[in-house]
Amino acid sequence: MDLNKRYTPQTWPDHPETATLEGKNKFVGFWLLLAAETVTFASLFATYLALKDKGPSGMEFSASGLFELPLVFAMTMILLTSSLTSVYAMYHMKNHNFKAMQAWLGITVLLGLAFLGLEIYEFNHYVHLGFGYTNSAFSSAFYTLVGTHGAHVVFGLSWFIALMLRNAKRGLNMYNAPKFYLAALYWHFIDVVWVFIFTVVYLMGVIG
Amino acid sequence: MMKGPKKWRLFALMTALLVFLSGCGREEISTLIPAGKVAQDQFNLLILSSIVMLFVIVVVTIIYVLAIVKFRRSKVGEDMIPEQVEGSARLEFIWTAIPIVLLLILAVPTVYSTFDLADVTAMDAQNEDGVAENLTVNVTGKLYWWEFEYPEQEIRTAQELVVPTGERVYFNLIAADVKHSFWIPSVGGKLDVNPENVNTFYLEFDKESSELEEGVYFGKCAELCGPSHALMDFKVKTLNREDFDAWVAAMQEEQAAPTETLAQEGQEIFEQSCISCHAVNSAGAPTGFGPNLTTFGDRTTIAGFMEHDEETLKNWIADPQQYKPGNLMPAPEEINNGEPFSDQELDALAAYLMSLKVEE
Amino acid sequence: MSSNSQKKGFGATIWDYLTTVDHKKIAILYLISGGFFFLVGGVEAMMIRIQLMKAGNDFLSAGTYNEVLTMHGTTMIFLAAMPILLAFMNAVSPLQIGARDVAFPFLNSLGFWLFFFGGIFLNLSWFLGGAPDAGWTNYASLALASEGHGIDFYSLGLTISGFGTLIAGINFLVTIINMRAPGMTYMRMPLFTWTTFVASALILLAFPPLTVGIFFMVFDRLFGANFFDVTMGGNTIIWEHFFWIFGHPEVYILILPAFGIFSEIFAIFSRKRLFGYTALVFATILIGFYGFMVWAHHMFTVGLGPTANAVFALATMIIAVPTGIKIFNWLLTIWGGNISFTVPMIYAVAFIPSFVAGGVTGVMQAIAPLDYQLHDSYFIVAHFHYVIVGGVVLAILAGTHLYWPKMFGTMLSEKLGKWTFWFFFIGFHLTFFIQHFLGLMGMPRRVYTFGADQGWDLFNAISSAGALLMAIGILILLVNVVMTVMKGERVGNDPWGDGRTLEWAIPSPPPFYNFAQTPLVRGLDPYWIEKMEGNKEGMVYAEPLGDIHMPNGSFIPFVISLGMFIAAFGAMYHTDGHAWALPVLIGGLAITFGSMLVRSLKDDLGFHVTKEELIADNERIQREARALEGGKKGGLK
Repeated sequence: MDLNKRYTPQTWPDHPETATLEGKNKFVGFWLLLAAETVTFASLFATYLALKDKGPSGMEFSASGLFELPLVFAMTMILLTSSLTSVYAMYHMKNHNFKAMQAWLGITVLLGLAFLGLEIYEFNHYVHLGFGYTNSAFSSAFYTLVGTHGAHVVFGLSWFIALMLRNAKRGLNMYNAPKFYLAALYWHFIDVVWVFIFTVVYLMGVIG
Repeated sequence: MMKGPKKWRLFALMTALLVFLSGCGREEISTLIPAGKVAQDQFNLLILSSIVMLFVIVVVTIIYVLAIVKFRRSKVGEDMIPEQVEGSARLEFIWTAIPIVLLLILAVPTVYSTFDLADVTAMDAQNEDGVAENLTVNVTGKLYWWEFEYPEQEIRTAQELVVPTGERVYFNLIAADVKHSFWIPSVGGKLDVNPENVNTFYLEFDKESSELEEGVYFGKCAELCGPSHALMDFKVKTLNREDFDAWVAAMQEEQAAPTETLAQEGQEIFEQSCISCHAVNSAGAPTGFGPNLTTFGDRTTIAGFMEHDEETLKNWIADPQQYKPGNLMPAPEEINNGEPFSDQELDALAAYLMSLKVEE
Repeated sequence: MSSNSQKKGFGATIWDYLTTVDHKKIAILYLISGGFFFLVGGVEAMMIRIQLMKAGNDFLSAGTYNEVLTMHGTTMIFLAAMPILLAFMNAVSPLQIGARDVAFPFLNSLGFWLFFFGGIFLNLSWFLGGAPDAGWTNYASLALASEGHGIDFYSLGLTISGFGTLIAGINFLVTIINMRAPGMTYMRMPLFTWTTFVASALILLAFPPLTVGIFFMVFDRLFGANFFDVTMGGNTIIWEHFFWIFGHPEVYILILPAFGIFSEIFAIFSRKRLFGYTALVFATILIGFYGFMVWAHHMFTVGLGPTANAVFALATMIIAVPTGIKIFNWLLTIWGGNISFTVPMIYAVAFIPSFVAGGVTGVMQAIAPLDYQLHDSYFIVAHFHYVIVGGVVLAILAGTHLYWPKMFGTMLSEKLGKWTFWFFFIGFHLTFFIQHFLGLMGMPRRVYTFGADQGWDLFNAISSAGALLMAIGILILLVNVVMTVMKGERVGNDPWGDGRTLEWAIPSPPPFYNFAQTPLVRGLDPYWIEKMEGNKEGMVYAEPLGDIHMPNGSFIPFVISLGMFIAAFGAMYHTDGHAWALPVLIGGLAITFGSMLVRSLKDDLGFHVTKEELIADNERIQREARALEGGKKGGLK
């Protein structure tokens, strides 16, 4: 593969992420990794549901009393929007418009950081209420599920930032196009998991 | 002249029988000599499935032996290139269908028996006076010993389960520390003793254990629970209903103080050092940290697995960790003002403990 | 960067293996380290059998015995059986589909080193305060109560090596999906490749639940979480579910590649194509699929209730059907064939009755009410050793003989191989057959001793004697390996003479680029087809000779794994209040993530083997082949 080959929007392939064997391998491999991630999160969800509201006798915390929807709703909206902006970025990647892609990725990263900030605020708030990680089986399961998602957000953001900085000068080529594509795919996956967390943990928690 | 070979034949037959019987293990513990309805059901399933499986093995063996005998290279020739057969839809159908039929033969009794053995609806049945119709025993698994509580009778014992024959006995199982598993092989399959929930099942005991060589059935912990998992044995004494009622009545009484001087001495030491963990009265006794010792003199073992004599008992008290590693009984130094028990004290304790009896 | 097979210094060879991304060299790494752990697990097995040789033996103390039994199971499953099978998968499957390497050579190396460091970490527990002692199943209540760091070694070690296995699984899946040679359709793939494929899919979906369960264990023990602490609302049954949702597919992860190896052997040494190839493929897929639906049959006595028990009992029984299909298709493969009893074939022939015996006791245990008696007794011990030893270990021994020439270019001695076989096979049945009866006679598993009054003395003594025979068999195998390496007699492309699949069409060992020209596959058993049609060149090719793109070697996988190894020590000793623990944890993670970052930022585009180099290399290969022919003729005089 020649890194110095220059592409124009006309010579740029329709699906740059799978145009080479390496790209194709990465594409299939990454989807498989997401399958494994799905099983991981399914396990975490199952544990959370089994341990929801379970604690030492006389525990004062319960999902319905603890969670507040407005903040979490804001977080959900932010993350959903960031997913949309990453779609725009990929749209420009496919059209070989590097600058626009970088700009939309930048917005995605900012939204992700905002989400992360709110999550840290939320956790901090709960800890101050006395709902620490070691408080009960419920708290352990909650922080582990939502925290694992948070760790994925951190990793996704680091990935975006590293790619943006590394390729800032040289633009798009057949070597890094699959990388951008996979990072965006990962971001969507994180988003989908959050939708489930919002539903299963927060909505179902507050309602019943 | 003729007697020789005949005797030899008889001898061979006897030997074969002996090997066969020894192949079944001991009556006190073997699942192959079932001594109750549950074990009998399970044994029947074992025989049924063995027959079906033997049939499978015979079929495979015949094809297999024929194949490797008929088609060896030395027979068919060095250079022979066999026909490259692709397969046969008809054969595939046959060896899919026949196993399914065989499995159906096994599936029906499996499902029936699974539900039958889990049926504990009669557990809460009461007669007109509000007395439970069936005996229930609450079993608690603790690090390397078993506690048996009879809630209706309000008595409690440890290490030796006493049950009536010829009726269903229901069990509630829970663990006080780590997970154990409650198993009396000759009477019925096991059930786990979990720390988080009560498990319930029933067993039936057909035969009075006094007819056995050892006088008791052997019970086991079947789930790895720490260093002394292998030693977490218990014994089961089965009595006819009359004897059982008498035993319960004796257990419900306040136990008499010992009469011998040595035993009285032992009682004093016991009340200073041991009584905070071990109760010696059964009736109304709360769950102790250690096993309830009301029936200690009646038992067949010490600590569930050792010879029941004073010598062993004294060794055990003097150093429990040596015999049951990891158990929670303190060393004498911890309960006797920092001193080990003297020989005199051990003699007294042993005499006292051996005098604790409810049976004649 | 071309790695021609010139003689290299010792240091250079070590460095070559530390940085290699070549699937054939990684296969050798897997084989050597898996073999080493196999010996360690074998010594542990011998210690168990010595301890149980007679009633009331005091060879091992109660606590040590539990450590030995835990490490025996954990080592054999995670560090011996799986890696050795991964060795064969690495060595053979890319060749079988006509690929030049796996899809992710770098990740392949990373997978190995993660496994390796995880295994070393786990085994260091012996020297650092005691091994894990809660059984390989590590049930939560006992694991939480266990003192010292044994369980932490277990959880952190398996986490690290588990990541490695997961990576290997993804790698094989992508390789097989994307890198098959022209004409190699799915239904022309050799059965070993098919089983690699399905086993990799099982790895992909089965390892995450284990990782999650182990993470809970780590958090509970090291960071004060309460997943399994009953007093804090936790629940230990969650562990059992996760462990067996992983654990049952794990059995198939082991046995399916074993089936694959035997399928290859039956076809090669009967000189016959596999009978019912399609049925065998679909049976493989079905077994993999059902493998996820039956985990609770390991938990019949947990108290899940009659409905769950009945459903899982029936689901379990169904698995017998595809397994039976396989057995009968193998029998019909050798039926009408021309059977040559080489060492691999003897193992394959011995496998059938052994595995059938293990299979039928499996069906017996599927009968839930009967399992209440059999569960956690020696009957279970007998059953799973019949399946694992009678299936997987026999396959490993057979595969070692079968693929040794392809991996190393030399042939293991057939004579010594047969000695190994007889000792091992007789010893195996002697050890484990009688354990069925011990179980039925009431002997629970995992007991460090038993009383003389239980009636188990004789059978235990027989069982221990059998173990000794197995050990002798393995020792003879070691002698065989050493002698073969010393002699170093080279063999040609197809040393067994009846090879059918692509790996036998190229030199042993193959050049680092595998195929100078990608072959064109014209049907099932492509090499056999060309042979039967008298193709002198060996294969038909799908492309003209041209430049080949190859990946660069890299030291980074080693460093990433080393970082996790270091971090695990920090995490573990952090709870003891050592001041150095936290910096070690952070430092280790920094090494790992730092080297990942380097990998990500540094372009690594690989290199090209030019057409001229290929031609030169091909001449060398031809020359060596002619020399081999000449040598053979000389030997015949």
